[in-house]
Amino acid sequence: MNLAQLQQAFRRWLVNASDESAQLLGSNHVGLAVYQNNYRAQLVGCLEQAFPNLRRWLGEQAFLAASITHIDNHPPHAWTLDAYPEGFHATLKDVFPQNPDVHELAWIESALNEAFVAADAQPLALEALAELDWDTAVLQLTPSLRCHDLTTNAEAIWSALWQETCAPEAVMLEQAGGLLVWRRQFTSRLRQVDALELQAVQQVQADGSFAGLCEFLVQRLGEDAGVMQAGEYLAAWLGSELIVGVRDV
Amino acid sequence: MSTSNPHFSGYGLGLRKEHYCDFLETSVPVDFVEVISENFMVAGGQPRHILRQVRERYPVALHGVSMSIGTAEGLDTDYLRRLKSLVDEIEPLFVSDHLSWSRSGGFNAHDLLPVPYTDEALDRVCANIHQAQDVLGRTMLFENPSSYLAFEGACMTEWEFITAMARRTGCELLLDVNNVFVSASNHGFDALAFLDGIPAERVRQVHLAGHSQGRDILIDSHDSPVCTGVWELYARAMQRLGPVATMIERDDEIPPLAELLQELSMARTLGAAL
Repeated sequence: MNLAQLQQAFRRWLVNASDESAQLLGSNHVGLAVYQNNYRAQLVGCLEQAFPNLRRWLGEQAFLAASITHIDNHPPHAWTLDAYPEGFHATLKDVFPQNPDVHELAWIESALNEAFVAADAQPLALEALAELDWDTAVLQLTPSLRCHDLTTNAEAIWSALWQETCAPEAVMLEQAGGLLVWRRQFTSRLRQVDALELQAVQQVQADGSFAGLCEFLVQRLGEDAGVMQAGEYLAAWLGSELIVGVRDV
Repeated sequence: MSTSNPHFSGYGLGLRKEHYCDFLETSVPVDFVEVISENFMVAGGQPRHILRQVRERYPVALHGVSMSIGTAEGLDTDYLRRLKSLVDEIEPLFVSDHLSWSRSGGFNAHDLLPVPYTDEALDRVCANIHQAQDVLGRTMLFENPSSYLAFEGACMTEWEFITAMARRTGCELLLDVNNVFVSASNHGFDALAFLDGIPAERVRQVHLAGHSQGRDILIDSHDSPVCTGVWELYARAMQRLGPVATMIERDDEIPPLAELLQELSMARTLGAAL
């Protein structure tokens, strides 16, 4: 058995714990068990660390069962363990197909983790807007920004869990909205927005054009209200440090 | 060909988040700190900001766990690129990783898996070390890991493998005394033969840590103080190595900094007795 074959057998032992792979590796069951335990314990710990509030929401046993399902079906592939939680939401959709609150809580915690180590960017200074031609202005949003649809009260649940207060029952929202996650300085932020603001942010994320944002809002709200809404969003996003750059094209 | 790392004989600790405030707000009596490279190979945010601040106050050694130098399929170039970026920014005292593997066929075990001590594995490890040192533009240190398994077909001892690896690649060594103790116990070899067998002049750094008793074997758990047997082995190692950078690793059950500094004073005492 050459080195590549040995490493493939070791991989099979860690992922499947098959007798065949153990035999190929010399059947040292005590030593093999240590590596098997390290592998699984590390991945369980990784998911626990990434989703602390989801774990509280689901309960210890349900979270562990979902983690084991995920580990059995999705061996890690990236060099960094930080990437491993990314795929957990897909497992949660399989395990809890009728629980959008669970899916949305998982998205919140994943996005907060990603935003925490996203690329740095300085918020835009107001002076940068003074000479701007708004017809051609292109806005640059912070690279830490993540957006997602919201159908449940997952934001309220997450906030209560984070503050270690009594979380509300999961309910569907009367009107679907959205979630924004980004980082201000070194602190990750979460904000629930209505569907219109979510679409507006996504519009700017897609092409950055302020004129395009105005056009989108005018189509939705009419001429005067649309332009006014664009101005209000712009002011709010600047205040929240969502905008980190602007240029004329 | 990259040049050797400078001789540095101070005493340090692993920087863990529980002690960030101590290191940023007080004058901690250490000569250097060591960080886990991968924790800072990120795009931005607080971790990298803290490391920059710490670097302004202390020499920093970068210690990796994911290079997978023993992998049969060559190194991950994205990993090397990110590590190079961190090295260029931090200008570390040392850059180290382990004589182990974790990656195979798109799978990553995130553990320090054992390398078979064969000629084929030695060729592969040496090729990978050349690749890493070429990309980083500097001489790396490689650490002997704890192991719980030995493979049939080995044609040399661990220390013979390490000696050949260092000779062929010019790499230097990070001697983990606790890992020698654990592996010697688990595999029944003589720890002093290990210390006598490695090229002492290539050792640039020493690790000390605690271990725990598993079922039938010792486990390198880094969750307890350095035990008496490891201190005795460290004293023997220092007699052979002479002054060399030494640090204590604690990754679990992390105590207040004062406790680790007290433990580090034991290493200073043994080092001063040379």
